[in-house]
Amino acid sequence: MTSMNLVQAIRSGLREAMRQDDDVMLLGEDIGKLGGVFRVTQGLEEEFGADRVLDTPLSETGIIGTAIGMALHGLRPVSEIQFADFIYPGFDQLVNEAAKYRYRTAGELHVPMVVRTPYGGGIRGGQYHSQSPEALFIHTPGLKVVCPSNPYDAKGLLMEAIRDEDPVIFFEPKRVYRAVKMDVPDEPYAVPLGQAKVVRSGAQVTCVAWGAMLYEAFSAAETAAGQGVDVEVIDLRTLWPLDIDTLVSSVEKTGRFVIVHEAPRTCGFGSELVALLTERAFLHLEAPPVRVTGWDTPFPLTHEREYLPLAHRIVPALLETARY
Amino acid sequence: MHINRADGTLDPSLDPGLSIDQLVSLYKAMVRTRVVDDRLERLQRQGRIAFHVGSMGEEAAIIGAAAALRDHDWIVPCYREVGALLWRGYPLQRYIDHMYGNAGDPVRGRQMPDHTFSREHRYLAVSAPIGTQIPHAVGMAMAAKKRGLDECVGVFFGDGATSSNDFHAAMNFAAVYQAPVLFLCRNNGYAISLPAERQTAVPRLSEKGAAYGVPALRVDGNDVLAVWKSVREGVRRATEGDGPTFVELATYRLGGHSTSDDPRAYRGDDEVERWRKADPLRRLRAHIERRDAWSEAMDADWRAACESEVRECVQRAEETPAAELGDLFTDVYAEPPWHLREQRAQCLDGPRAEGEEHEP
Repeated sequence: MTSMNLVQAIRSGLREAMRQDDDVMLLGEDIGKLGGVFRVTQGLEEEFGADRVLDTPLSETGIIGTAIGMALHGLRPVSEIQFADFIYPGFDQLVNEAAKYRYRTAGELHVPMVVRTPYGGGIRGGQYHSQSPEALFIHTPGLKVVCPSNPYDAKGLLMEAIRDEDPVIFFEPKRVYRAVKMDVPDEPYAVPLGQAKVVRSGAQVTCVAWGAMLYEAFSAAETAAGQGVDVEVIDLRTLWPLDIDTLVSSVEKTGRFVIVHEAPRTCGFGSELVALLTERAFLHLEAPPVRVTGWDTPFPLTHEREYLPLAHRIVPALLETARY
Repeated sequence: MHINRADGTLDPSLDPGLSIDQLVSLYKAMVRTRVVDDRLERLQRQGRIAFHVGSMGEEAAIIGAAAALRDHDWIVPCYREVGALLWRGYPLQRYIDHMYGNAGDPVRGRQMPDHTFSREHRYLAVSAPIGTQIPHAVGMAMAAKKRGLDECVGVFFGDGATSSNDFHAAMNFAAVYQAPVLFLCRNNGYAISLPAERQTAVPRLSEKGAAYGVPALRVDGNDVLAVWKSVREGVRRATEGDGPTFVELATYRLGGHSTSDDPRAYRGDDEVERWRKADPLRRLRAHIERRDAWSEAMDADWRAACESEVRECVQRAEETPAAELGDLFTDVYAEPPWHLREQRAQCLDGPRAEGEEHEP
């Protein structure tokens, strides 16, 4: 066990995956000598060499497109897209190519690859270093979408994503890259995909969050507890395929739920969660579902703390939902 | 580069020395592809298949390149290269079943006609967006190199694809990583309706290679020997560690872009007539006839044999039931998650669309 932050835990996951399997390759901009702009891959080029840690030319299309070819031909590429905001030049490759190879080859070929990318706001990054585009990928059949909130889950989910036979988009909450530390095993381990985690059990309201906003949801739940409202907080961990059972049983118990995410509200993942939970737990509901999300604007700079669904906005939503 | 002259003689200084049997095989494959094209186009006109994208006029570029690649080298197609797949021995019945999207279709009725695939024949699955397959070929070649395999990858694309984002990224990556890949650019004169000279301001697409550090050449794509020789040289370079090669195969699309196209809207008959005289089949036939390895009678027999083969495949395809409805939900992920299992049951239990009589 070593006390690690998210950056260190992700690096440890990459290192262990590369030690275990010679076919695991890293691709990305500035990931070699520099170790990436967030230093996630620091030291890996030194350990594994420049032919396994590819400092690529500046092209997201090229990174993701060649990674697909590598995955088709027996390797397990893990690409880093420097910021989720820059993923769109590779969007066609992910949506039309990586996601559809298994289907269009009737299962004879598939693309076991991971695309890691730091996402989300709160680092004073403005509209091009703060986005949360997870819903675009969840909407694409064939992709899996993972978003850990803490170092232990990050390493275990990443190692599992690298072993997974389907393409996985791995969103890293850069706002808490260095803010959270916890004991993480040095050896390899897995956290299975598709399993949410109840991080605080409660009886009155279910609050669903992921990534950096999990901490805001948790802190809001503690504040609500001080005002007599008992909140259950669920960390989704894998966004798709969704752990629907954990969500439904929680909502069946509480009868009330609040969804928290950074992405804009309209057609955000919260919309789908509201639909699914309403379809499945309708007769248990005692209050309308509530979404506490980013606004339907581009991500701002000066007022990012008013854009983000931080605890100051989650607390009243929890209290109002509990008292509805 | 020209080797096979219109009168059927060869330029002796460039002749790659293929045996007469090899030349006859190439000619027969080119004729067979043409016959298949003709028949599929008629089937589409009759409303029996939805769509076809043919290769009339481009057979030398496609089959010549496939013949110069080794059988274990991957072919990454655009969508007009089924001749290369047939050259590798892909059963014609499987292709025709694919054109019908029936239960014999290897991709289970999921893709439009002419978007086929065969892992066994190392022919990658077609996707329709232009140029997206080019970086895949580079990645496959990089993987082959990393794994120490004696393999290269030949990727086909058209003149239009050279304008795409993916082409640029792929050429750049291939050169930076010295990937064993051959960029096989079928310049057939048009990207649907846009002539190649308005696609780019450079007079030869092969000039684009220099910007990336990819050695590039332009050859007569209607001359199967020139195609073979240039692609084989690219294979040699790739496998000896000399990295990528770009080969511009200058040819002409005698037919429409697809059965949905009307080429009369953008080009004149006189232009097409000029190119008909440069038909690659004619030139190769002139050569093998000169060497007494082919004759008028043999030609008629071979065409008749191809026609009856296609007719039988079509008949069988039309008697084969449609692809399974339940297969709509498989192969999205390695294991279907709960939502797909649920949706599959909803679909199979639900009302059927008009004309969907078959039982799930």
